[in-house]
Amino acid sequence: MSLQEGASAEAWFKLDQKDGRLAMGGPWTIAESARLDRELNALKLSSNITEIDASKISRLDSSGAWLLLRTRRALEAAGAKISNFSLPELYQPLLKNLDQPRKLEPHRSRIPPGFRGRLYKIGRATVHAGTQAIEMLAYLGRVTVETGEAIIKPRGNLRLAAMFHQVEETGINALPIVGLLAFLIGIVLAYQGADQLKRFSAEVFTINLLGVGVLRELGGLITAIIVAGRSGSAFTATIGTMRVNDEIDAMQTMGLNTVDNLVLPRILGLVIALPLLTLYSDIMAMIGGAFMCYFQLGITIPAFLRQLHEAVTVNTMLVGLVKAPVFAFVIALIGCYEGFQVERNAASVGLLTTRSVVESIFMIIVLDAAFSIVFSVLGI
Amino acid sequence: MVGEAGNRQLLRRALAGTEKKDDAEIIKLRGLVNGFGNKVLHDHIDLDVHRGEILGVVGGSGAGKSVLLRTIIGLNQQVDGTVEVFGQRITGDMDSPAMRYLEMRWGVLFQEGALFSSQTVIENIQVPLREYTEMSQSLMDEIAEVKLAMVGLPCDAGDKYPSELSGGMKKRAGLARALALDPELLFLDEPTAGLDPISANQFDELVNGLQKALGLTVFMVTHDIDTLRAVTDRIAVLVNKKLVIGTIDELRQNKDPWIQDYFSGVRGRAALAEMDTEAH
Repeated sequence: MSLQEGASAEAWFKLDQKDGRLAMGGPWTIAESARLDRELNALKLSSNITEIDASKISRLDSSGAWLLLRTRRALEAAGAKISNFSLPELYQPLLKNLDQPRKLEPHRSRIPPGFRGRLYKIGRATVHAGTQAIEMLAYLGRVTVETGEAIIKPRGNLRLAAMFHQVEETGINALPIVGLLAFLIGIVLAYQGADQLKRFSAEVFTINLLGVGVLRELGGLITAIIVAGRSGSAFTATIGTMRVNDEIDAMQTMGLNTVDNLVLPRILGLVIALPLLTLYSDIMAMIGGAFMCYFQLGITIPAFLRQLHEAVTVNTMLVGLVKAPVFAFVIALIGCYEGFQVERNAASVGLLTTRSVVESIFMIIVLDAAFSIVFSVLGI
Repeated sequence: MVGEAGNRQLLRRALAGTEKKDDAEIIKLRGLVNGFGNKVLHDHIDLDVHRGEILGVVGGSGAGKSVLLRTIIGLNQQVDGTVEVFGQRITGDMDSPAMRYLEMRWGVLFQEGALFSSQTVIENIQVPLREYTEMSQSLMDEIAEVKLAMVGLPCDAGDKYPSELSGGMKKRAGLARALALDPELLFLDEPTAGLDPISANQFDELVNGLQKALGLTVFMVTHDIDTLRAVTDRIAVLVNKKLVIGTIDELRQNKDPWIQDYFSGVRGRAALAEMDTEAH
């Protein structure tokens, strides 16, 4: 306990059991309150205290006043009758301001501690996942119906300009990055394949590996993942920001259908762009592979093409390409759906954009696996 | 960056500074010039804000009220002139020890509250406590509750996130955070804008009450003529790139057309008529 009476640099208090008097002094301020709190908590309060003499307090702020008030309340709770309470006139209003009847419970987290807390979190996450799945399904239904209607019996609700803007944004503007990555994938695959197959003197089958691997699986998968990261996130961020700014509400009050105006152009635009982008990435990967085969294995371009012709058929490529519109639909659907889930704060946009990308990539890989199973059952 | 021990030292010093009351001018502007590109906002402005007073700043839209506030708290670098707060020059370096020392002695309420959206109200209030003091968690919880009570927020608001609060509650929560370190100087940027008249009145009373209880000095940017009437001691009008300073009665005698318009427009007249009947 600090007992430097008279020194004003530090706050102090002194309990005189004999006289039943608690004296306080010095600056009772926020800088001192951590220490005062510890020392006051260690203090044994007894009911024979009748006087609190705070007249030597040189400075009081609301933290200090709270500690003073808390001590007085604790004394009263312990059965003490405070008959004498002195505090400089200057600080009376502050104490009065704080001393209002109010339930001052310690702050309690909404989540109970320990095992129950964990159970609570699991339950909440399960309910959340379930609700989201149902909402997503409802959304999928609505969008499918509206997409179908827009295509089968167009009633002028197809925003062609917006749709082609999306084709440009998600397709044409993605050409450099998709092309470069596909080219590099081709190179890496050819290089690694050649390295392994050389041991069996089967270098020429590098081209088979490349052809089947890229055209059937990798080309479509890599392109879809890049587009999910590039355009799916942009969909969520754009629509989400519109929600934060009340633009979505404004559209609805003007009688503009949000699905027609925001979702359909994105879905259809991406469904057009992604297969084309996949085809382009297949070609770039083949060029990368041919490039590597020429320098690493000395296979000339005509020889490369002849071997490729032997290895793959048009069907191989179609199997790869047929998945692209499905991937595109899923990416755009998730991107738009998560955009509409954004709440009215900035943090929510970031959170849902991340979630949109993770969900799209997850769904792309799950769907790819599903396609593999279906194709193998069908014997394609 | 200053370490935690350094922070405590600074806080001690900051509070020791409050005990000597020699610096009567809390804010001192001399020859302040602000502008963007060719546009001059403030042309050699002088201003003194004294300890314990509430100063209101008014001016037309785009007159540079918020820029003035931001310049005083160091968020905007002036073109020319000096700004002193507690006798300390304001520099643009918000992390320098000299500035941190000031940042502990003032509280700022931004227009929309500027609460950290990823934290609950209680956690928001505890941010400065955690940074600058070594309080135990239970004491921090108690202090946060005290601040909530001071600004008139119910207990259950403490566990809410800013997105779950109404505009008025956000402002109160922002004020509670600004008051966390018991500052002597409070900056308020349009504290009643966007509030309904009843909430605005309550906010005025709150600021008045806190000012009396804590002996605060308040620098307030506002458009609300009711707030000006109810709360401020003096008013600084930003007009023609200069400040015209006076009490509300002095300003009503001023011949400047904008000031005339401001205080004798329909809204102004109604609020001031009420004031006159009260006086009689």
